[in-house]
Amino acid sequence: MNKTAERVMPIVFGIAGIALWQASVWKFQVPAYVLPSPIAIVQAYISDYGTLNAALLSTLTVTIAALLASAALGVALALAMAASDLARAAIQPWAVILQVTPVVAIAPLIIIWVNQPFLALVVCATIVAFFPVLSNTAAGLAATPRDLLDLFRLNGATRLQTLMLLRLPAALPFFLAGLRISGTLALVGAVVAEFVAGSGGFASGLAYRILEAGYRLQIPRMFAALVLLGLAGIVIYAALGLFSHLMLRRRDAA
Amino acid sequence: MIKVSGVSKRFPNGTVALDAVTTDIGRGDFVALLGPSGCGKSTLLRLIAGLERPSEGQITWADGAPKPGEIGFVFQDSTLMPWASAAENVFLPLKLRRKSRAATAGDVQAALAQVGLTDFANSKPAALSGGMKMRVSIARALVSRPKLLLMDEPFAALDEFTRHRLQEDLRDLWRRSGNTIIFVTHSIYEAAYLATRVQVMSARPGRISATIACDIADTADRRTAPDYIALVKQLSDMLRLEFST
Ligand SMILES: Nc1ncnc2c1ncn2[C@@H]1O[C@H](COP(=O)(O)OP(=O)(O)O)[C@@H](O)[C@H]1O
Ligand SMILES: [Mg+2]
Repeated sequence: MNKTAERVMPIVFGIAGIALWQASVWKFQVPAYVLPSPIAIVQAYISDYGTLNAALLSTLTVTIAALLASAALGVALALAMAASDLARAAIQPWAVILQVTPVVAIAPLIIIWVNQPFLALVVCATIVAFFPVLSNTAAGLAATPRDLLDLFRLNGATRLQTLMLLRLPAALPFFLAGLRISGTLALVGAVVAEFVAGSGGFASGLAYRILEAGYRLQIPRMFAALVLLGLAGIVIYAALGLFSHLMLRRRDAA
Repeated sequence: MIKVSGVSKRFPNGTVALDAVTTDIGRGDFVALLGPSGCGKSTLLRLIAGLERPSEGQITWADGAPKPGEIGFVFQDSTLMPWASAAENVFLPLKLRRKSRAATAGDVQAALAQVGLTDFANSKPAALSGGMKMRVSIARALVSRPKLLLMDEPFAALDEFTRHRLQEDLRDLWRRSGNTIIFVTHSIYEAAYLATRVQVMSARPGRISATIACDIADTADRRTAPDYIALVKQLSDMLRLEFST
C-alpha cells in the first residue's frame, strides 16, 4: 500500500460512513430525536453557528490555558524530581494520586473553592492533563546517557550547563510526546469540568450547549456541538504534532 | 606520570571490582589493559579519570590532579549528541569551559583533521557510519589537548575492516603526537598491535596479573611481523593459563 492511499483512506472511510448514515436515516425514517441525519446536523449548525462557535471558542480557551499550565507544571515538577531524590520521593505519589482520582469526583469541590469560573475550569482540566507531560519529561531526564553525563563531568560542566546543553535537549522528544497526549486530555478535562459546572451560571462552553440541547430535545444541535468537539480534538492533536516536528527541527539545526 | 598504588574498589552492593591494583603510567606510554569482561577494566579507567573514588589505595599524579579537560575519554559507544553536527560535538569540551567558538575554530578543525574528518564537520551523527562516529568521538577527546587519553573498548562494536583502519590511524596519531594513552580491550590482537605495554587483568577480584612490554619494530606490515605474532602467542598462552586454573 502506498503513502497517498494511506492518506486518503480515512477520508474515504469517513465519507462512506456518513453516506451510509444518511441513507439509513432516510430509508428507515429514523426520527431526528433518536438519530439525526448528517444533513440535519449541518442545518442545525448553520441555524445556530453564532452560539456554537462562541461555545467552541470558550472551550478551546480553557483547553489551551490548561495545556500551557500542564506544560509548565509538568516540566517544573519533572525538573525538581530530576534534581533531587527527596523531591522525587515527595512528588511522585501525589502526582499519581491526582492522576487516578476521577476529575468528576473533585471538580465540584474545585468549583466551590475557586470562585473565579474560568480559573476553576482551567484547574480541573490541568489536573486531568498534566500527568503525561510530567511522567514523560521525568523519564526523558532520567534517561540521559550516563557516558555523556560523565563527559560533562570530566570537562567541569556546571549543573546549569548539564541541564541546558544535555538533559533538556535529550528529554525534548519525551516532553513533546507527553505534550501531545496532554493536549487531547486537556480538551477532555475542559469538557468534563463544564459538565460538572453545568448551568452554574458561568457555563458557556460546548459541554454546556450539549446539556442544554439535551434538555430541550434539540438532538441535531447536540450532535452539531459533538462534531465541533471532535474536530477540535483532531485539530489540537495535529497542531501539537506539527509543533513537535518544528521544535525537534529547531533543536537539530544547532 | 600517574601512580596507582594498592587501589581497591568495592561497590555499595558488595561487588569487589578491583583488589589492590598497583601500576605506573609514564608520559608517552601506550598501555593496553587486557582482560575478560567483568574483570574491572572499566572500573580502573573510571577511577583514573576521577569519575569514581577508590575504596582503598591512592592514585597520584606527578604534576598535580588533572584539571577539567586534561583527561580525554573515549567510550565504547561514540556517545555523540544526535542533535549536534560533528564540529559542534567536537567543540563541546571547549564550550563547557567557556571557550569562544571563534577563538577555538582552529582547534576544532585540527582535531577533525587528525581523525580524517575535515569534510564531515557539518554532518549530523545520523549521517555518519559507525567508524566515522567513533572518529568524531576521538576528535572530541583530543580537542582539549588532554594530558591523558582514556579509551574504553572504543573499537569493540565496529566491523573488522573499520577496526583495523582505526587501529592503524590511532597508532599513527599516537606516534605523531606523543600522547599518553590507556586503552581497554578484550582483544589480544588489538592489545598486541597497539600498545607499548600490555597489562593483563584477571577477574574476581580484578587485579593486574602480568605486565608485558612490547617492542615490535614499526614496520609497514606490523600485523604479520614475527615479533607481533610471537607476542600474540605469548598473550594467548598466558590467558589460557589464566582460565585453566
Ligand atoms: N556501579 C556499579 N555497581 C556495582 N557493581 C558494578 C558497578 N560497575 C561495575 N560493577 C561490577 O564490577 C565488575 C567489574 O566491572 P567493569 O569494570 O565494568 O568490568 P569490565 O570493564 O572489565 O568488563 C563487574 O562484576 C561489574 O558487574
Ligand atoms: Mg567495560
